[in-house]
Amino acid sequence: MAKMKKGVRLDHISKIYQDPKTGKDFYAVKDTSLTIEPGSFVTLLGPSGCGKTTTLRMIAGFESPDEGEIYLGDEAINALTPNKRDTAMVFQSYALLPHYNVFDNVAYGLKLRKVPADEIKNRVMHILDLVELTGMEARMTNQLSGGQQQRVALARALVIEPSVLLFDEPLSNLDAKLRVSMRTEIRRIQQEVGITAVYVTHDQSEAMALSDNIIVMNKGVVAQMGTPQEIYYHPVSEFVADFIGEANFLKGTMDCLDGDHAVLRVEGHPARVPAKEGMEPGKEYTVVLRPESAALRDEGGLPCTVTLSCFMGSYQNYHVTVGNTLVKLTDYNPKNKRVYQVGESCSLAFDPESVHIL
Amino acid sequence: MAKSQSAALDRKKLMADPVMVGTIVVLIAFLTLFILYPLAILLVDSFYGGNGFTLATFQRILAMPSFTKAIGNTLKVGFLVGLLSTIVGLLFAYVEVYVQVGKLVGGLFKVVSMLPVVSPPFVLSLSMIMLFGKAGIITRFLLGIYDNSVYGFWGIVIVQTLTFFPVCYMMLKGLLKNIDPSLEEAARDMGASRSTVFMTVTLPLLLPGLGNAFLVTFIESIADFANPMIIGGSYDTLATTIYLQITGAYDKEGAAAMAVVLLCITLLMFAVQKYYLEAKTAATLTGKASRGRMLIADRSVTIPLTLLCGLAAFFVILMYLCVPIGALFPTWGYKFSPLTFKWFGQVFSKYKGLKAFKDSFVLSLISAPITALLSMIISYLVVKRKFKAKGFIEAVSMLAMAVPGTVLGVGYIRGFSGGVFHTGFLQGIYGTGLILIIVFVVRSLPTGTRSGISALRQIDKSIEESAYDMGADSFRVFMTVTLPLIKDSFLSGLVTAFVRSITAISAIILLVTPQFLLITVQINEFAEKGSYSIACAFATILIIITYGSVLLMNLFIKYFGTSKKIKEE
Repeated sequence: MAKMKKGVRLDHISKIYQDPKTGKDFYAVKDTSLTIEPGSFVTLLGPSGCGKTTTLRMIAGFESPDEGEIYLGDEAINALTPNKRDTAMVFQSYALLPHYNVFDNVAYGLKLRKVPADEIKNRVMHILDLVELTGMEARMTNQLSGGQQQRVALARALVIEPSVLLFDEPLSNLDAKLRVSMRTEIRRIQQEVGITAVYVTHDQSEAMALSDNIIVMNKGVVAQMGTPQEIYYHPVSEFVADFIGEANFLKGTMDCLDGDHAVLRVEGHPARVPAKEGMEPGKEYTVVLRPESAALRDEGGLPCTVTLSCFMGSYQNYHVTVGNTLVKLTDYNPKNKRVYQVGESCSLAFDPESVHIL
Repeated sequence: MAKSQSAALDRKKLMADPVMVGTIVVLIAFLTLFILYPLAILLVDSFYGGNGFTLATFQRILAMPSFTKAIGNTLKVGFLVGLLSTIVGLLFAYVEVYVQVGKLVGGLFKVVSMLPVVSPPFVLSLSMIMLFGKAGIITRFLLGIYDNSVYGFWGIVIVQTLTFFPVCYMMLKGLLKNIDPSLEEAARDMGASRSTVFMTVTLPLLLPGLGNAFLVTFIESIADFANPMIIGGSYDTLATTIYLQITGAYDKEGAAAMAVVLLCITLLMFAVQKYYLEAKTAATLTGKASRGRMLIADRSVTIPLTLLCGLAAFFVILMYLCVPIGALFPTWGYKFSPLTFKWFGQVFSKYKGLKAFKDSFVLSLISAPITALLSMIISYLVVKRKFKAKGFIEAVSMLAMAVPGTVLGVGYIRGFSGGVFHTGFLQGIYGTGLILIIVFVVRSLPTGTRSGISALRQIDKSIEESAYDMGADSFRVFMTVTLPLIKDSFLSGLVTAFVRSITAISAIILLVTPQFLLITVQINEFAEKGSYSIACAFATILIIITYGSVLLMNLFIKYFGTSKKIKEE
């Protein structure tokens, strides 16, 4: 596949829809600008209704943007119909053609491009080998399992060698185990082919496992863009912190600076956190504390009371209250540790380097 | 907020697809010219005298006692037929869905629902006269009644009820199947008796559906021309009055104004049915039943209901059988043996039967594929595409459903006999086979479109999108994806259009010229003259043709249909 890789660029894109109930117009996507580098795997992540699928469908050409321009490589593609765009989409419902067998489904796009028959055969077989469906060519699509159907859909999109591969929540119809193995597959194939991929999902673990970059969307706007690590460790807002993984928010007023650390007063008790630029004493700040980065001790941290203690196998799940704030904790590998029981008073401790100040 | 950019882009994308644009333009032209325009010209003609706007025509027809009486007659018949058909239909539907019945009765039900589809519209009127009329087998020879008259109000009501109740039965069956059995089980569990459950759960859920069924048959009854024509006697309905106004009194303006009145009545009903009741039905009965229903096996319930429905079904079938049997008797009402084929012989030797069948057959055969393809294209555009004129296309093709054939016939006479807007343009098609074909197409289009739309709604939108995304243009998507997926619906649309065309009469009888002999017109003529044996012979051959084509279609679908293979899991 010696084709030039192309990126995608959205330049101040907006899409307006009409609310079917109230008849009022609203922004499904608002003034969104983003750049997807050639060959990278980018995920649009967000809750339902955040505009991620609308964005994807605008890239594919099924929806037309109300403001802004979409570029594929250097070419503005706003006015191109989906069949003229060099993109291929993998649909949530697979959308295989039910009256064709596996081979004909994969060959469909090539036939439309008038590729000679023997070349079609070679390319289809090669792709089916890539998605590990060799020997299934003659099956009708309804004789396949969900995972196999998903592979056919992927093969069909790959075989026409598009510049950009689009995924619309492709794994949401599969069961949990298959979802995990398919996402590894998708990542492997994308890297093998080296194709640019835009992937829509509401599943944050899927986004983490797959992406070079994650774009978190909320209410039609981009909430944060970055690598999975950046987004997990340095979320820019409570929304992002809460949507990616679990997060506890501790509010505290700043007491003073202590070198490159700041001392916050959380529920009346001092807590050391890494200082952020421009912090001022007396102001209130929010600390993002991941459940796995804190632990319970007998003493030496923030005093707290256990309200839930639940054995989950690989970890012990705690809920504790620090003053009026509820904090959720996961304590991994609890076998040889002291387990705190409901009602016990103890102490919440965390390493200052593992928290993040908003 | 301005949506102008997306609108402009969508327009640009549409224009990049010349086949699609061409199709839409042709479609709009066709619908405007052959559905909207004939109705518009009726309005124009009845309000526009020689010198400007006038109400004179309406004043004139409203002063005719025969016309005002016909309005009353039509509404009375329509109301009663609607009511009776809904009740009988509900009984049949309830028994089929809720009660454990034997195989035999189940088979009878299937036949009963099938018969009106394959029969010409006036078959039941014929058999009604032959069984219960003055020389009827049952009245005269079994009961010894010599002066029974079936003509008039009750004749029409009985015949129309028997003709139209299967429509209600099929509609209500679908709705009853959608009621979740656990709702009724919950009521039973809380201590309600079976009849209380029916009155407090089933019936209220079904109420909008019943209203729907009532109005649909009401409209059918009002629009029906063939039955009142044959069995109405001196009891005229609007459809027959309009027909007589044209063929008897040569009063085309008057007929146009009458047609406007009839159209207004049906449109009003249609509007209520379509936009109020259909939405309500959908709101109360959504989704599928979660699991199978425990059928009522209690003998005190099953035996009377089975008996009742079995007898009713048997009676309906008997009525239909009467036609082919009647054609075999030497002289109906006097001599019953030996059975003879002489009437069939006369159909061909004396009454140009071959030409009649050829003309009907050829015209219907030409119009059927046009109708089927057109209705699939309309359904595709309506369900799968978005563009500005879509609302227009959908509304007009549905509007045709509410237009009685007689009204359309008068509209075509007024609209095309002097050319479009009496200018002479397109005058050439008047009196030709072409206009007959167009009428056939327009008359069958709504049924085909409706079945196409419901078939397409079942298909995941993303299947077509994926083909589009792979690089196919609209035309390719339609040919390689849409059409193969709704092949069954297309085939049955083809046959339905054929059957509807070959059995059509109401609009066609006003437009047919002597150069074409159509079977239905012939049957009507012989029945009018009282030559029932000949009429029966014609009707029998017609039924054989229509039933044969339905059988052929079912065979074809069984062996070549794709949907089955796709649906199997």
